[in-house]
Amino acid sequence: MFDFFFNLHPIVQAFAKGLAVVMVIFPIAGACSMAERKVAAWIQDRPGPNRAIVPWVAWIPFLGRFLQRLGIFHVMADGGKMLFKEDSLPGHVNKFYFIAAPIVAMIPALTTVVVVPFGAYLDAAGKVIPLGLAHVEVGILAVFAVSSLGVYALILAGWASNSKYPFLGSVRASAQLISYELSMALSVLPVFLWVNAPGTEGTMSLARVVEFQSLPGFFGGMWFGFLMPLSAFIFLVALFAETNRQPFDTVESESDLVGSFHTEYGAFKWGLFFVAEYSHMLVGSAVFMLLFGGGWNPLPWVSLADLVGWLAPILPFAAEPLFVGVLSIAIFLGKVLAMIFLFMWVRWTLPRFRYDQVMKIGWQKMLPLSIANLLFYAIAIAVKDLYFAKL
Amino acid sequence: MAVIIVERKPLTFAERTYLPQILGGLRTTFRHLIAPKQTLEYPEQRPAIPPGYRGVPTLVMDPNGREKCVSCQLCEFVCPPKAIRITPGEIPADDADRAHVEKAPKAFDIDMLRCIYCGLCEEVCPEEAIFLQNQFSMSGYTRAEMVNHKDKLYELGGTLPDAHHKWDKKKAAEVHGNAH
Repeated sequence: MFDFFFNLHPIVQAFAKGLAVVMVIFPIAGACSMAERKVAAWIQDRPGPNRAIVPWVAWIPFLGRFLQRLGIFHVMADGGKMLFKEDSLPGHVNKFYFIAAPIVAMIPALTTVVVVPFGAYLDAAGKVIPLGLAHVEVGILAVFAVSSLGVYALILAGWASNSKYPFLGSVRASAQLISYELSMALSVLPVFLWVNAPGTEGTMSLARVVEFQSLPGFFGGMWFGFLMPLSAFIFLVALFAETNRQPFDTVESESDLVGSFHTEYGAFKWGLFFVAEYSHMLVGSAVFMLLFGGGWNPLPWVSLADLVGWLAPILPFAAEPLFVGVLSIAIFLGKVLAMIFLFMWVRWTLPRFRYDQVMKIGWQKMLPLSIANLLFYAIAIAVKDLYFAKL
Repeated sequence: MAVIIVERKPLTFAERTYLPQILGGLRTTFRHLIAPKQTLEYPEQRPAIPPGYRGVPTLVMDPNGREKCVSCQLCEFVCPPKAIRITPGEIPADDADRAHVEKAPKAFDIDMLRCIYCGLCEEVCPEEAIFLQNQFSMSGYTRAEMVNHKDKLYELGGTLPDAHHKWDKKKAAEVHGNAH
């Protein structure tokens, strides 16, 4: 079964893998929009959307009812509506860029997935091999480089819309993204200082970071989130700002900017912006979990290999690459979805910061904090590498 | 009057970081997340109607299944938006069940597009024949549909317990020769 796949032309293989990942990301992004509405409803003591149902699903006892209450079919109804409603093109816009903007939004959102590993399996020798579309040593740099291109879509949309609110929104978006990109990049540096200890092979790969969180020993098995809580915190805050989520939602603040950059958009183009936003959230959460949350390791100090070792006596197929791969992807996806839930939970808890507050937090609080954090860890890691190399 | 000067305490460091407040807020919202829902799922679940609620005006029957309205037209006259239109009618003499009932409406229309649910009709009715009951939602596709005719009004109203049994008393009085 697998031999057939591995005998295919590498390009066909890569295409199939890419398609598989997109086929997962797209529905999850769609489901996130539903989850957003459900979480919002639950936090506000409402049941949320729970009416739509396909007749032949309604015939299934219990499960059909459960899916209906969960609002699964509202996603499809929304998606169908967005696909088939009139895709209006306002007369005053710059048509080419107006249409290009949502496409430009999708490209970085789906491209970053390429360098994010999302699981692992054990080969015959018991070595952990990460699963991912591309294993590149630049890893985190590629994520930063490509994901920051997402802002061009917002600028393009705002400018091409040729009206005030979208324009203001896109100006805010670009300023905000630039402001928080700095502290975000600085906050992950300690992690890579730790990973790139003297005498080891230099790397920026995310899979290697997870590998460093799966080592034996107290510091080895410790996730970087525990080792560097401040870094994790700064990264998380910057992530909220980068993905334009509450409380850094100034870009889309409907109370002062109508709908910001997507004011003039409707139907499927508008939907693309949202899928792009959720894909950004997904990839951002995935990177956070890889860097600070232990990646596909089930628990701190319990690596995937340990878990498989424990399962081996119980389950005869525990060491099968297919089983381990699915298990690790499930663990990782679970963590990422927990992060997505955190995004939504925070959204329905905190009020939006004013735009000047966003800028003030970004430049006067987060940036000095991340620099101080970097200095502290640079010294601490140097001391550790020089005097406590055995740890 | 004494002026109380309230000292405004400067924010502590923890408060200025805003983080304890965020965590407190997250705790509050999480409690709501798992708390029971406060809303009703409307068409299936209906709110409890408090006593004395003024819903759609209806006509009621007495416990013998006779219409109580005697078409005195007081409600028609009192109705502020003139939503009620009554055509009075006689009761056929050979109707044994209703022999002692004075009169009955031939037609009784309430235009629900005009009704303001004020309840004056209920208040003015000497026969306790019209009641504003629990139904609160009326809808229709045409104006004609929004006019409740007599049969609809009786269907909505049903039978309410009656304390007076006016027509029974009248009948008894006739049989026993005006005892009072």
